[in-house]
Amino acid sequence: MLSDLLIIGAGPAGLAAAVEADKLGLSVSLLDEQSQVGGQIYRNIQAQSLVNKTILGKDYYAGKSLAEDFKASACDYINQANVWQLGAQGDVYFSRNAQAQQRQAKHILLATGAQERPFPIPGWTLPGVMTAGAAQTLLKSSGLGAEGAVFAGSGPLLYLIVYQYIQAGLKVKALLDTTPTKNYFSAIKHLDSALKGWKHIHKGLSLIKAIKAAGVPHIKGVKALKALPHSNTVGTDQESLNKVIYDVADKSFEIETDHLFLHQGVTPNVNLAMASGCEHLWTEEQACWQPTLDMWGQSSQQNISIIGDGAGISGAISARLKGKLSAQNLAFKLGKISKQQRDDLAKPVRKALNKELAFRPFIDNLYLPSKELRRPQQDDVIVCRCEEVTHGEIKSAIAQGCMGPNQLKSFTRCGMGPCQGRQCGLTVTEIMSHERQEQPSQVGYYRVRAPIKPLNLGELASLDNTQIEEENT
Amino acid sequence: MFIPLQQNPVSEQVAILINGESVQVSKGISAAAALLKHGLKANRLSLVSGNQRGPYCMMGVCFECLVEINGLANQQACMTQVEAGMSIRSQSQFRLIALPQKESPLFYDVTNKEPNNAI
Repeated sequence: MLSDLLIIGAGPAGLAAAVEADKLGLSVSLLDEQSQVGGQIYRNIQAQSLVNKTILGKDYYAGKSLAEDFKASACDYINQANVWQLGAQGDVYFSRNAQAQQRQAKHILLATGAQERPFPIPGWTLPGVMTAGAAQTLLKSSGLGAEGAVFAGSGPLLYLIVYQYIQAGLKVKALLDTTPTKNYFSAIKHLDSALKGWKHIHKGLSLIKAIKAAGVPHIKGVKALKALPHSNTVGTDQESLNKVIYDVADKSFEIETDHLFLHQGVTPNVNLAMASGCEHLWTEEQACWQPTLDMWGQSSQQNISIIGDGAGISGAISARLKGKLSAQNLAFKLGKISKQQRDDLAKPVRKALNKELAFRPFIDNLYLPSKELRRPQQDDVIVCRCEEVTHGEIKSAIAQGCMGPNQLKSFTRCGMGPCQGRQCGLTVTEIMSHERQEQPSQVGYYRVRAPIKPLNLGELASLDNTQIEEENT
Repeated sequence: MFIPLQQNPVSEQVAILINGESVQVSKGISAAAALLKHGLKANRLSLVSGNQRGPYCMMGVCFECLVEINGLANQQACMTQVEAGMSIRSQSQFRLIALPQKESPLFYDVTNKEPNNAI
């Protein structure tokens, strides 16, 4: 089946693009790996598991009408679809219930969103240590929360999740804030343009105020964070987190807890775009890779556009706007509307987007983790969680002449486990950049190849590709 | 320990098996959430060191929550919704997965650091 547009990802960007494209007369298929639409931010929006709506707040429930608009559209929606490859002809390969399938479209729209930036500290692989996003996912989709947790790191999402925990009546032991003090000074330079997004600033300040009012210790200037197991469980099947150790102003402190939630901001989920040959460049402002795009989200690959946080981190509202703009452009390119119609439709959307983006430099400067937080400070810290490759092993490979992230795989197996570098790729680039005294752009990233999700041979063999072969001959 | 908050009263309960033990969980939650709610902190051993690993990202990007679901190994527990009768098992294999079994002439004891001269 050949559709005009195939969208991958049902978060705010993917849903908004689908609704707009459908409205403008394009035939749309939307593939998503979850069972329900919403992505991470609007996760489980159609089957909410919490009765008390003040826990997740109104920004979460803002996704409800978007999900309803999508449901009312004529878009073809395929859930639980794990996309593992894009072909050059707009052919998309995915697995669903252990069965490989394919679809084809004139244009592909990637809306694969973001993931949390790796935050490699000693003990981050211990059971009981999770990401703050994981804590939020458990709230949204399962109505589960942890008592007496410690949250550590930096960024707006971290404060939001602590706030949501407090609203849920859960006791939070501490918020360990690693935001570097110097960031306040670099951020303040962007306050002028940030004031255009005063609503966000107001929300941020009220979250911090509420966290303080709830009596949660908000400890600033945190460094040298470590997670430690119960000493009598090391090496046993009960090994798990027991306490968190950290420094403030060169003094060491510790807190006992069963739950540590880490967060150091979010970065684009680049695997599918990179494996499809879309060019990416390093951005210093956000310390991550970003696809090279034009003002409509068109990538360096002719039939692929990228929208949402996968196009560069800018949050849910701008993700929806980027999705809309891209859909309008594709409706023009595929002959459904004129150039003039596209530009007229885009005008108010772009205006709103510019307003949203004006706020970014302030946020990016304020919450950018320092290089000391982006690279482990001890040699024995695990960088590649899957293959358990440590910072020291990576440094020694570099000292032996390892030239880049790809060669590091042959030296150490770093990045070769099931997560395919998602949890170590950025850290590896940063370590190599530091050790070799090169810019991250010179160091580069792993060469990401399809299949971008583990795929067993039985699944691959189940693919019936006669249809696409017929269409291409 | 993860505890249930005040939940949607209409959420239907289903019986699943966790390491052979029958437990009741809300329909539609992920297998990883079911394990955490049941008090399991770890679901597998690291293939390299054999250390305990538990769910980490809950959104399908870290592959820490791999478990055996209905007999199929290496399934992402956070991306799988529970269904009545589902059997979830932690994965305790490590290192030996792809290696020849003891009966095979190619068997090589990885816990023994000396190379096997018989091969």
